[in-house]
Amino acid sequence: MTSSLLFALVGVGLIGLGLYALIIRGHLLRKVLAFNVTSSGIFLVLAGLARGGAAAESDPVPQAMVLTGIVIAVAATAFALALMLALRQATGRTRLDDSDEA
Amino acid sequence: MPFPISGAAWAAALVFTPLLAALACFLAPRRANLIGLLAAVGNAAASVGLIERLLIDGSLRVNVGGWGAPLGIDLAADGLSAVMLLMTAVVGLGVSSYASRYFDQHPEQGDYFWPLWLLLWTALNGLFLSADVFNLYVMLELLGLSAVGLTALGRSAAALNAAMRYLFVSLLGSAAYLLGVALLYHGYGTVDLDLLAARIGAGPVATAAWAVMLAGLLLKTALFPFHFWLPPAHASAPAPVSALLSALVIKGSFYLMLRLWLELFGGLGPLLAELLGLLGATAIIWGSLEALRQQRLKLLIAYSTVAQIGYLFLAFPLAASGAEQAWRGAIYLALAHALAKAAMFLSAGCLLRFARHDRISDLDGVVRRLPLTVTAFMLAGVSIMGLPPSGGFIGKWLLLEAAFLQGRWGLVVVILIGGVLAAAYVFKVVGYAFTPTKSAQAGDSVPASMEWSALLLAFGAILLGLAGPLIWPLLDIGAPFASLAIASRTGP
Repeated sequence: MTSSLLFALVGVGLIGLGLYALIIRGHLLRKVLAFNVTSSGIFLVLAGLARGGAAAESDPVPQAMVLTGIVIAVAATAFALALMLALRQATGRTRLDDSDEA
Repeated sequence: MPFPISGAAWAAALVFTPLLAALACFLAPRRANLIGLLAAVGNAAASVGLIERLLIDGSLRVNVGGWGAPLGIDLAADGLSAVMLLMTAVVGLGVSSYASRYFDQHPEQGDYFWPLWLLLWTALNGLFLSADVFNLYVMLELLGLSAVGLTALGRSAAALNAAMRYLFVSLLGSAAYLLGVALLYHGYGTVDLDLLAARIGAGPVATAAWAVMLAGLLLKTALFPFHFWLPPAHASAPAPVSALLSALVIKGSFYLMLRLWLELFGGLGPLLAELLGLLGATAIIWGSLEALRQQRLKLLIAYSTVAQIGYLFLAFPLAASGAEQAWRGAIYLALAHALAKAAMFLSAGCLLRFARHDRISDLDGVVRRLPLTVTAFMLAGVSIMGLPPSGGFIGKWLLLEAAFLQGRWGLVVVILIGGVLAAAYVFKVVGYAFTPTKSAQAGDSVPASMEWSALLLAFGAILLGLAGPLIWPLLDIGAPFASLAIASRTGP
């Protein structure tokens, strides 16, 4: 097994774990963490599967894409945490209320 | 023209005008109204300028800053993007003029509204102009984040809850899309749409990429059964935000799905098209029935959006079996829905300001006090129902014609029933508004500019029905619908 395939497989595993937690876990902080695990998995797939041809030459494009993705994920995480704090201040809850009607 | 400006310059202006204005609004919140309105006018001018160049020169492709693919960012525009840009410009102008007075009562919301809305506008224009799948991902993410920020503006418990759910849906949707980008890059070594279109062929990589991308985009477009997040988010946001979310944000991810289908994945399978059509038909019936059941005006309008999204997806099975005009029908419906639904949410905002509530059964007698607003709601309703001469009528007619020609009676029945149900929920509101009451309802005054913004957008939805001769040649620039034939030929 090549190392890039290993990266990709681990990435797929992380995506699965993250998705599971994102759907099953109720606490919003856990959901935010789960989203981060999922994105890390996707970045691993992106970097691992990138066609480098021979292992010696590395392709800069997927690295640039992963870097952009990380920046977006960090910003999204900060935003999600701020939103979660605002929700807790307004309602005292840190879970989504499924019975909401605007 | 004395100073011919190139299409490339107009395209760049479409991205940078709202972006710079967003930064300016953030830095100078007191001038935000003025800056926002100027940006809206500038953006409309740039859209018209770009369209004028496109009509002369044909479709456009720009290497921004002279850097080509793979590292540079390319902008591209054809008929499909031009029509979407025009829709965004018109709705954006209407909502901006409405918002400049709407936030008088909530200045603390207004401070955040303008920067977020202009960023959203940047993302939309960027989405319609991007030529590579990764850049499209960035725009999609920017679109989602600014839309969630706008949803949370009201800061009520319901709004925050809806925004939080919307955020997770949006992040999950774009993460799935990014996974698809990773698979495409793995398989074909490029993210450029044109190069991908040349290299792609049926196979496990293409199928897997399309499956995850489609799942993510369907989630974001809120097609039944992925619509659960939409009604609370669209109904709990401030009125101008609801209008933007329903009219434009949904269309952004729909446009992306359509673009990928037309350029890359159209040949992958008629079965998928049938499935999308089936989900669309279910969405029409389910969304309309739910809309009919609602007691609150904004929730009714939000469920109506769920139903109207369904119509857009009826085009997939019809076009897959050869009726290219089904795409035109879907695009026309998307345009008409953008104008009409923006008008509806804006007039709901006027009613809410007047009566301080949006319980439909307590809106009796409003027509005497807010005649313009009720007229706007009714005209928008005409387009949503699909009665002539509105834009909604033209779109539905094209879909109906395609369904008739192919003998798909099931779809014909769904389209007709959807129209009848739409009439039922529009008249449910209008009926209460016209009910005479002994005591004229007292309420707060509504600024004329808010009423007129809603009314002009509703007129736009009606006039769109007569604008076919202007829209068709525009839509055909670069023949966006012809590439499907090529995609289906490059099979195994």
